[in-house]
Amino acid sequence: MPASSSLLIGRELRLAARRPMDALSGLVFFVLVGSLFPLAVGPDAPLLAAIGPGVVWVAALLAVVISLHRLFEPDLDDGALEQWLLSPHSLTGLVALRIAAHWLVCGLPLVAVGPLLALQYGLSPLAVAVLLAALLLGTPTLSLLGALGAALTLGLRGHVLVALIVLPLCVPVLVFGSSAVSAGQQGLPVGPQLSLLGACLSLAAFLCPWATGAALRLAVE
Amino acid sequence: MPTLDRAVPPALVRVHGAAPAWRSLASPVRFQAWAGRALPWFAALAALLGVAGLVVAFGVAPTDHQQGDVYRILFIHVPAAWMSMFIYLVAALHAALGLVFRTRLSPLMARALAPTGALFTVIALWTGAMWGRPTWGAWWVWDARLTTELILLFLYLGYLGLVSAIDDPRRADRAGAIVLLAGVVDVPVIYFSVQWWSTLHQGASISLTAAPSMAYTMLAGLLLMTGACWAYTVAVALARVRRLIAEREPQWELA
Repeated sequence: MPASSSLLIGRELRLAARRPMDALSGLVFFVLVGSLFPLAVGPDAPLLAAIGPGVVWVAALLAVVISLHRLFEPDLDDGALEQWLLSPHSLTGLVALRIAAHWLVCGLPLVAVGPLLALQYGLSPLAVAVLLAALLLGTPTLSLLGALGAALTLGLRGHVLVALIVLPLCVPVLVFGSSAVSAGQQGLPVGPQLSLLGACLSLAAFLCPWATGAALRLAVE
Repeated sequence: MPTLDRAVPPALVRVHGAAPAWRSLASPVRFQAWAGRALPWFAALAALLGVAGLVVAFGVAPTDHQQGDVYRILFIHVPAAWMSMFIYLVAALHAALGLVFRTRLSPLMARALAPTGALFTVIALWTGAMWGRPTWGAWWVWDARLTTELILLFLYLGYLGLVSAIDDPRRADRAGAIVLLAGVVDVPVIYFSVQWWSTLHQGASISLTAAPSMAYTMLAGLLLMTGACWAYTVAVALARVRRLIAEREPQWELA
């Protein structure tokens, strides 16, 4: 399993490296959405500092959702998904690795660029540090929940359906993530929100790969 | 006791004979006939309780000394909010039964209940907005209970969207069940949101452990309306499940 897991993750990273624009489109979207808000609401610094945490989180959530169609669809088209189902390895483990690879390609760049966006909104250095921690804990949860939605809607018409399924499930992450950053901005303790984000991540990491595997089986049969 | 086919081997006869009779309703063909008989009774009960509830709500119950006559909207708002959460739990339970025991009827029940649950969620939000305007001075506030109820509506819509988008009935049932179960964490959050966060939405006035903090005629009207909503839900779900069975298994004519 360790050898095949590094193979699987290596394959995804190589695929992403060969088509960088495809992999980074979510990141570009993230920066673009984050930069549109100051244009729309005006360059009022206190207002921007107040809405900044929420805007960064909503932009990250939407960026994850628009990258979901790349998660399983190419594998379904080229037959790799059927090989997974036939392989002797546990499907849950393979799915967990695939989600981890997706997070490395789509989620980690968001975590890296998030603080930059936060500086545009004039957040305090402490709030930027909290944002970094919250994104590190929160974006894997978004990837896990998104993978469930992507597997359930695999091969169906319409890309809105995946958003309709994934967005309500992601609300807790959004609420705890942005309230952690807001608390950091006001100098309040951020421990509870980060703990709750960690709890969401643990629960999602425990249940989502398994449910996603079940959904993939349904989609391929 | 269900009558058994002559072709069933004796060993199976023993197993089936030991099961209680109501369990044979899990078979869609038996349920189809039973639902056809039960449906008019539930529909009549819904109409009866609804009329009685409205008479009590508008004719008998006293005017509230703080809120005036506006409070009367709770006679539909509270039952609708209860039903919206309860129907989601029942649909999720059916979905889980279908996933675990591979029963044929359970996914159909989940599917038949969901549109009614979505309807009650809309009614709860709508009447809440109409009550909030004169009482709180706002159609909508971003309060924990209102927000979680709105998310419940999105969960219903996600489920309905997914099952209607999938053509293969087996995949639609299973995928829908996964979505329903993934969203089930939201229901306790809605129910306890008023206790967990100090919100604008008032706490429960009725509990099983304490005397109700409202006049008994108000309580009677509320309970009558709740009964009407229950009976309506059962009647509509039975009618819908009969259509779904007829659609899936065309060889069984509608009895």
